[in-house]
Amino acid sequence: MNKTKTSEQPDTSLNFFNDWKYAPAPESKDHIQLKKQYGLFINGEFVPPTSKKYFDTINPATEEKLAEIAEADEKDVDLAVNAAAKAYNNVWKKMPGKERAKYIYRIARMIQERAREFAVIETMDGGKPIRESRDIDVPLAANHFFYYAGWADKLNYAFPNRNPQPLGVAGQIIPWNFPLLMAAWKIAPALATGNCVVLKPAETTSLTALKLAEIIAESGLPNGVVNIVTGFGKTGAAIVNHPKVNKVAFTGSTDVGKIIQKAIAGTSKRVTLELGGKAANIVFDDAPIDQAVEGIVNGIFFNQGHVCCAGSRLLVQEGVADIVIRKLKDRMETLIVGDPLDKNTDIGAINSKEQLLKIQEYIKIGINEGAELHQSSCSLPNKGFFCKPTLFLNTSQSHRLVQEEIFGPVLAVQTFRTVEEAIEKANNIPYGLSAGIWTDKGSKIFNLTTKMRAGVVWANTYNKFDPTSPFGGYKESGFGREGGLHGLLPYLSL
Amino acid sequence: MMTTIDIPNFRMSPVVDQVGVEERVARFTTRSIKKSSKLQALKLALNMIDLTTLEGKDTSGKVKQMCYKAAHMCDQLQDIPTVAAVCVYPNHVRTAKTALTGTGIKVASVATAFPSGNTTREVKLSDVRFAVDEGADEIDMVISRGEFLEGNYSFVFDEISSIKEVCGSSRLKVILETGELSTLDNIRRASDIAIYAGADFIKTSTGKIQPAATMPVTLVMLQAIKDYYYKTGKIVGMKPAGGISSSKLAIHYLVMVHETLGDKWLTNEWFRFGASSLANDILMQIAKEKYGTYQGKDYFSND
Repeated sequence: MNKTKTSEQPDTSLNFFNDWKYAPAPESKDHIQLKKQYGLFINGEFVPPTSKKYFDTINPATEEKLAEIAEADEKDVDLAVNAAAKAYNNVWKKMPGKERAKYIYRIARMIQERAREFAVIETMDGGKPIRESRDIDVPLAANHFFYYAGWADKLNYAFPNRNPQPLGVAGQIIPWNFPLLMAAWKIAPALATGNCVVLKPAETTSLTALKLAEIIAESGLPNGVVNIVTGFGKTGAAIVNHPKVNKVAFTGSTDVGKIIQKAIAGTSKRVTLELGGKAANIVFDDAPIDQAVEGIVNGIFFNQGHVCCAGSRLLVQEGVADIVIRKLKDRMETLIVGDPLDKNTDIGAINSKEQLLKIQEYIKIGINEGAELHQSSCSLPNKGFFCKPTLFLNTSQSHRLVQEEIFGPVLAVQTFRTVEEAIEKANNIPYGLSAGIWTDKGSKIFNLTTKMRAGVVWANTYNKFDPTSPFGGYKESGFGREGGLHGLLPYLSL
Repeated sequence: MMTTIDIPNFRMSPVVDQVGVEERVARFTTRSIKKSSKLQALKLALNMIDLTTLEGKDTSGKVKQMCYKAAHMCDQLQDIPTVAAVCVYPNHVRTAKTALTGTGIKVASVATAFPSGNTTREVKLSDVRFAVDEGADEIDMVISRGEFLEGNYSFVFDEISSIKEVCGSSRLKVILETGELSTLDNIRRASDIAIYAGADFIKTSTGKIQPAATMPVTLVMLQAIKDYYYKTGKIVGMKPAGGISSSKLAIHYLVMVHETLGDKWLTNEWFRFGASSLANDILMQIAKEKYGTYQGKDYFSND
């Protein structure tokens, strides 16, 4: 082919800021019911905390106070655990599986009925875009209850000839990134297997768990089967250390996971930990590039990057690195950052000021490490906690940005040359929760899935969740599986 | 300044993941377009329409009536733009051209043995030459899908470039007839061939084959346009045709263009709808925005 060189580079810029603007579409808050103050849900009713202490929960997008939440101390936790133990011994462990299932189904249906209210409160309390809470968090939470309701009377078929038995009281501590969904992940399998529950939501996002408590009370579930106590780390520690707790399930940071494991050493308590991650999203040169770019965006900017399995490291093969990064930058310009309640919003508010400061600290670290910063040119709201979608280019395995979990909308971009190098880089990290692989070649996918030291590997997609599929990590990402048939095991003695 | 471009190996065209495309498309349909944003989009969409009559029973009477409609979409409403073009068979180009004098509306003509394209190169070229001589501003050609599916990409490439040559200053729209190409990978490959062979526009369908235009197909074609633009800085237009009959769907397409290629393409110079029944639906929506209530179908003229 003949070819002449132009003296100047042609203009290849795209402009996404024309005068045609989408119409604001804020979801209405009129239909939600929030109390001014929430007590602790113990033995089937809301009770004030013995400490008489309350703390505020705020909307991270506006910094406005939403409600006061009770702070449970050791006495409150003791009441909750005793209520759970009593319900376990007197009612729940004796109840046939098919009867337990009816309650779990009922909870699932009631979540569906109030899906809109749950979605709005989840977005107000946590900052995630309404599109996600409406289309992902709430429906998935209901689906987890539906799915595990189905297992309640089939445990003998799940584990044939093993006589599966419940453990007793499960102490469950959940994070602030998917408040209702994590409550569902924890409560549904525990109830299906015949255990009773004391659950503590994260202090910044207690509201949907408390709304779930209202549903549970209304559902007629026997008193004490599910107890929800709110508070900070001390409340969580009281649950973990309570002698009548037989099983601890924790989702959260690796640091706290380590504390929990130390605390239960020498006891007979069972534990599952679902901790941090720093997943590699690997794009090969034979990948469907435009769809891979969507996957990268979904991998790191979904829920503002507050996702333990977020694809926070992009590994891109050198031959396509330029085009992938070019497309990624253009795509970032079209992301709408702002009011989480607006249906157009792609990226909402950072969950708390504390988390925003942590993310900003990492951005500084990245700049100091000499990585090349790129942020979307969007403007941020004046109030509330927001962070621009952020890339760091030219990073290497030795950058802290690459090694440490940021838990925000910050992507570290690395390049690689060969399949072996991609595997080496993906696994050369203390975490092992998830990974993404983008290639058109099936054999490459199967080769890599066997080599990734990660609990979940997505191929040509990212951040897909389903109640039937087990989820959990390797190494510092924890152990134990949630979801699917595997998710029953941590709650049973066989 | 003369620029030439490396012709890629079309067997190595970028691959497409259908599931990913469908997921992306679903997101375009959830953007909120209301009130002034909607009115602006409706007028833009109306101004991008190629009003079309491509029937065996077309007469100069029918063509003249349609041309009047094209220039007077709805005189009862103020500030209504005209459509972008009318699209007719070559033997009606002169009639349309005369009828549209002074309106700024372009005359497009389907040529190259539309819609099947199953004839010789000589016949196709003379079909195009005739339409151009009659005054067509734009030529809508069909590719040889049989040759494409046989893998004769050079044949398809040469066919398009030879027709482009005959077009002279008339703009060339290349119809891929995506409903016959079956896979998104094929659609991407055919888009690349058409673009590199000199298409000014790539177009989904003739309207004679189902499925015609769909959003996933259009997104893949827009991405081919984007990749070419990244490489060369040259803009290629896009025309989805067939099956886009509601304003709501048209607006979803505009959102897709807006978020994929940006505002350089949000003009009828680079984006068109091949959809005649869409026009009255848009008028009905504009009237609704103005009067607050929907009017019946008979309040909008059909030509």
